[in-house]
Amino acid sequence: MTTTDAGTAVRGGGRARTGSWPAALPLLAFMALAFGIPALALLLGAFTVRDPQTRLSSFSTANVVESLRGAYLTTLLSSVRLSALVAVAGAVLGTLLAQAVVTSRFRALRESVLTASGVLANFGGVPLAFIWIATLGNSGVVTTALGLGSGVLYNFWGLALVYMYFSVPLMVLVVTPALDGLRPQWREAAHNSGATTWQFWRHVGVPVLTPALLGGVVLLFGGAFAAYATAAAMVGSTVPLVTLQIADALTGDVLIGHENIALALSLDMIVIAVLVMAVYLPLQRRSSRWLR
Amino acid sequence: MAAVATVPESAPGPVAPRPRRVRFWRGAVLGVAALYFLVPMAVSFWFTVHTEGKGISLGVYGRILSAPGFLPSLLVSLGLAAATIVTVLLLTLPAMLAVRLGAPRLGPVLEVVATLPLVVPPITYVVGIGTALRGGTEALAATPFWATMIAIQSERFPVVLVLAYVVLTLPFVYRSLDAGLRVIDVRTLVEAARNLGASWPHVMLRVIVPNIRSAIAGASFLTLALVLGEYTVAALLGYQTFPVWIVTVSGNDGQLSVALSVISLLLIWLLLLTVSGAGRKRS
Repeated sequence: MTTTDAGTAVRGGGRARTGSWPAALPLLAFMALAFGIPALALLLGAFTVRDPQTRLSSFSTANVVESLRGAYLTTLLSSVRLSALVAVAGAVLGTLLAQAVVTSRFRALRESVLTASGVLANFGGVPLAFIWIATLGNSGVVTTALGLGSGVLYNFWGLALVYMYFSVPLMVLVVTPALDGLRPQWREAAHNSGATTWQFWRHVGVPVLTPALLGGVVLLFGGAFAAYATAAAMVGSTVPLVTLQIADALTGDVLIGHENIALALSLDMIVIAVLVMAVYLPLQRRSSRWLR
Repeated sequence: MAAVATVPESAPGPVAPRPRRVRFWRGAVLGVAALYFLVPMAVSFWFTVHTEGKGISLGVYGRILSAPGFLPSLLVSLGLAAATIVTVLLLTLPAMLAVRLGAPRLGPVLEVVATLPLVVPPITYVVGIGTALRGGTEALAATPFWATMIAIQSERFPVVLVLAYVVLTLPFVYRSLDAGLRVIDVRTLVEAARNLGASWPHVMLRVIVPNIRSAIAGASFLTLALVLGEYTVAALLGYQTFPVWIVTVSGNDGQLSVALSVISLLLIWLLLLTVSGAGRKRS
């Protein structure tokens, strides 16, 4: 009853007072300018090739094709692999940690883990790299103490280990509401109907959690895929990553006639990110259904 | 009521058979997590205060203040953060109120617009901005807009960074304000205030803003944290903001770089505690 009332009120109000939409104009205009123009420039540039002799520009897919070949393709795939690894491992470990905290009797533990997760999920960039270099870098404290030798950190696995430092806390933040949403009553109902713990998770727990879990995986993937500063400060270009490649192409020397390769690589990145978001957004909507 | 009724029933059941197994894996998970997350923090702090042969000293933290360029870069970043916060709030709040007051069809549009920046990794956005600035400067060289193009790229206060940061923080600000506005009945509040003769600025500043104060504070602190930590955009566009300065200055001083990292971790901690503090006061 209340919903229909609210519905008519909103619709009626919408008809009676359509005069408020101009208040949204500044934001829309701003986004068209500050977001739209760079996006357009990127798109146009990615499909433009400038002839080194005649200096004439022409429309071409050469950049995009080039960006999907050889060394460029390798970096792209390496980025995807690293992000996928971080996303899946981070999601699993984050969920385990969240479950350990959610089922704990100690409120203080829960509070402190959640606060710490909020902090660490926002802790990235250059400082993250420096903290890990102090720990596991070539002259890091742990490296020296355990005699691990050099180069532990400056490779694919080291980067994955460091990315988990913000990915796992992010997963804890994402999945905790979902785990809280698993009502104890459901478990009791399942047990009273004779279900085993495994059956409960198989038929109730996991299906309810799936959207949140997949949503978390996607979010973690996006975070690792877009990360640049940490990798730049930590590994330089010893690990092939598409963000490092783009920065190199922007600031450094690129073959003549390939100036727009950074734009094409960026376009590849955006396409991957869009695909990933296309999975995430509907999932988020579905998971919110259970978590009121 | 239902919950209260189930407690005595369920309490004797699970307490006896479950605890040992559950407590073991929970302890293992928490132990590993504590090791993984706390060791780097503790080690980093140790790394900054302990020097081989010289013992323990907090000297490196004093060295931060005297490092060349510390204050200018910090001031640039704080100024950028303040400008970003004001701009993003002034743009977002009216639009979100408009949706609630009389243009509900704008809601989905706004949501898409506010989500778009999440899809674009910052580095690709920089590439776009750089291309647009180069193209714009070439194309507008002969027009009066040229001065504008130069002005927004000023070394001392790069407006172009404010534009970029507003775009990058928009999704977070939108989420935060949306959560705040969802709790209050905007229509009724505004209509009541308007019927009582309040002007629009009065309604905004004395009715709406105080009611969503914690959401605004949360959005502001998130923006502050993001701007103070943002490296990619500023570095690749060539501006000396605080994070960029950290990288420059600490290139050959390991202790100083780690000390700055420890400080930045503490800063995020402080900001987020303030946010959750602001949230708790209201509820």
